[in-house]
Amino acid sequence: MAASDLQAENGGGLRAWLTTETPASRLQARTVQAYLVWLAFARNPLGLVGLGIVLALILVALFAPLLANHDPFAQDLAARLQPPGSPGHWFGTDELGRDIYSRIVHGAWITLKIVGLVALTAPLAGLIVGTVSGYFGGWVDIVLMRFTDVFLAFPRLILALAFVAALEPGIESAILAIALTSWPPYARIARAETLTIRNSDYINAVRLLGASRLRIIVGHVAPLCLSSVVIRVTLDMAGIILTAAGLGFLGLGAQPPTPEWGAMISAGRKFLLDQWWVATMPGLAIFIVSLGFNLLGDGLRDALDPRSAG
Amino acid sequence: MPASAEAPVPAGPKVEAAQLDVVFGRGAAAVHAVRDVSFQVAQGETFGLVGESGSGKSTVLRALSGLNPDWTGRLEVDGRALGPKRGKAFFKQVQMVFQDPYGSIHPRHTVDRVLSEPADIHGLPDVEGRMLRTLAEVGLGPEFRFRYPHQLSGGQRQRVAIARCLMLEPEILLLDEPTSALDVSVQAEILNLLKRLKAEHALTFILVSHDLAVIAHMCERLAVMNNGRIVEELSVDQLRRHETRQAYSRQLLRASEGYDRDAAREQITYD
Amino acid sequence: MAETPLLSVEDLHVRFHTRTRVVEAVRGISFQVGREKVGIVGESGSGKTMTGRAVLRLVRPPGEVTARRLDFLGTDLLTADEKALRAIRGDRISMVMQDPKFSLNPVMKVGRQIAEAYRVHSRASAAETRDKALKMLEAVRIRDPERVYEAYPHEVSGGMGQRIMIAMMMIPDPELMIADEPTSALDVTVQMQVLAILDDLVTQRGMGLMFISHDLNLVASFCDRVIIMYAGRIVETCRASELAQAQHPYTRGLLASLPRVDEPRDALAVLQREAGWRDEESVDARLR
Repeated sequence: MAASDLQAENGGGLRAWLTTETPASRLQARTVQAYLVWLAFARNPLGLVGLGIVLALILVALFAPLLANHDPFAQDLAARLQPPGSPGHWFGTDELGRDIYSRIVHGAWITLKIVGLVALTAPLAGLIVGTVSGYFGGWVDIVLMRFTDVFLAFPRLILALAFVAALEPGIESAILAIALTSWPPYARIARAETLTIRNSDYINAVRLLGASRLRIIVGHVAPLCLSSVVIRVTLDMAGIILTAAGLGFLGLGAQPPTPEWGAMISAGRKFLLDQWWVATMPGLAIFIVSLGFNLLGDGLRDALDPRSAG
Repeated sequence: MPASAEAPVPAGPKVEAAQLDVVFGRGAAAVHAVRDVSFQVAQGETFGLVGESGSGKSTVLRALSGLNPDWTGRLEVDGRALGPKRGKAFFKQVQMVFQDPYGSIHPRHTVDRVLSEPADIHGLPDVEGRMLRTLAEVGLGPEFRFRYPHQLSGGQRQRVAIARCLMLEPEILLLDEPTSALDVSVQAEILNLLKRLKAEHALTFILVSHDLAVIAHMCERLAVMNNGRIVEELSVDQLRRHETRQAYSRQLLRASEGYDRDAAREQITYD
Repeated sequence: MAETPLLSVEDLHVRFHTRTRVVEAVRGISFQVGREKVGIVGESGSGKTMTGRAVLRLVRPPGEVTARRLDFLGTDLLTADEKALRAIRGDRISMVMQDPKFSLNPVMKVGRQIAEAYRVHSRASAAETRDKALKMLEAVRIRDPERVYEAYPHEVSGGMGQRIMIAMMMIPDPELMIADEPTSALDVTVQMQVLAILDDLVTQRGMGLMFISHDLNLVASFCDRVIIMYAGRIVETCRASELAQAQHPYTRGLLASLPRVDEPRDALAVLQREAGWRDEESVDARLR
């Protein structure tokens, strides 16, 4: 058994508590499982790098006012389009003399908000639609899945564009549009998992206990679909950030002067040849954060996927 | 259908099946899995259904348990007819143990969660006390309470699955090949446990198995099934004395006694 | 029993190196197989399956096979290179696994699979190959070989699938067959037919059979000699006919825990495992 492999007998009290074969409470049992997943995850250096990047994003977003050395909105036309490394402006300044570093730091919060809200809503919607569709089958399945197919048939950015155009341009519309367009793949995944789970004996056993369908779906089916959905979400994060940036770039997401990274690239596009840093710096930020989420997703997949676990 | 001459059925059987038919699929692809199956099981009895794969023995059990609603005929418990859908009262009374202990327990639930689920669903009081008592009854100590299935051996899992049924204090246990996935030494432990539980709780068992020796050890009466039909019904004494009337049962009995060059040569294929 | 052994194994170990420790699945066993039916019996975790795989060097990393001797008719299987091993596997030693569903290619017709198995080992013409394949299907008592030849694996029953597997394994006329639970997935009546085929191969062609099983009754009635494994070691070996008089408490415990049709008992004997069994010296199961 994995826990005994760790030879925790000689370890400290916490380690013994975390690796025990005989947990004394549900909480401990769960923590031990989580710790084992963490151990599996921690063996993957790239996954750790990804986790580090994502944690850094969160920290930067939380402590933006402390980390930024300028007001992100303060204009200084005298110091416009300063190159990186100028005194006081590590990443240079944009066409209105605003400090790019401070704007990127403040923009982290916006990126995090988009990612966070989409990551909470879209997978949940997908999970509900997918598990209900898969568990009930029959006409419920047909209706829900055709509905999902309609959404899947459009490229995400195009559909998001249509949504934002129908609402009004702004960061909230962008979040809503991305959430509305990104749930179908999760519904597909959850449904596929549910189809393999629903005829298993452990679901039959719960049915024979007299459990309601709601109880079976929420308590027994959904938790098993969760890990594949979570993995998919982390891998999709990069796409979500890029879609948000794309909307910002097209002027349909965050509106000026909000320091959203996509909008910043859009504004810097005009100076790309002579003042490359204006567009490149936020571009790098997007690149690094996207890469971080992807690495994290890969690491999670290896740690959570029972098929790749030994 | 030949009725057993020796085994008297007391008035008011606990479980009764009459003219049970189960057909899967429609039209040309229809498979008649169970044909005109009738039997009665008395209170406190262990009734065996024995047959090879595809004989329909498990299908009978699934129709009885409520897992498969597509059957025709009559199914009764305590003289009350059962419908295709069952209510909580039925599940409180009738529980089932599955063949594969590796597949019948939720992989992400602790033993604690597995056992509290039935109590929660039926709103039973004192879940914790009931759980610890039940664990002790199936021979598992309290240290097993917060373990996950992957930390348990096959035999321990099957004990948990049995405990899950016992949480509801059922009167009837349906056993679908409960030991065929286990090592023989573990099989002995589980069969002993089931026998003890039956005596202590005055349970009625319906045991499905392909193993005549297991059936003979556990049951008072048995029905041999082949191709969806009951070939014949026997008392265990008739079985022990090899008093089978049908060629198929004889062949099954002979095959269960190990390899025999001559028996293999004489064998008729029934497919 | 033949005096010249086909397979001689001395001090065989199979170890698995995991991240934190080494698990020993087989711990220093010695045995031989002649032109006979040798049953290797044990419960799950006894190392019986690994023993079978180790002989053909089919244990994958992180598994590691070591032995003082692993000799098949003069060929040292331990030092043989991959090319030599390939020539032996399936040609002179063949292996039948438990579930035919996983051993047959699902998208290739049965006949073609058998034919291909044959052509790997001989340079026969297409017509000859087909002829041979049909003969083999007949030999494993498939009533309508022409139909089965044109069938896909999912169109045949489990028992027939297992017989097809055996037919494939028989084509090169192997000198030794390793059968790992070949009949456990089958119904008892089909099991008898499959065993009869294996029996014929041993008695008529002089093949050696290593029959790996968990079923004591079956091994006692089918094999010539029995090797009983526990925790990676051989605890006892005897003639199959004398299994009922086995001496080791483990073997006796296993036998006592079996329910029997004609012996009514209130409760079955429960095997009490003793810690000392694990560390007992492995019994030498070579031919004397």
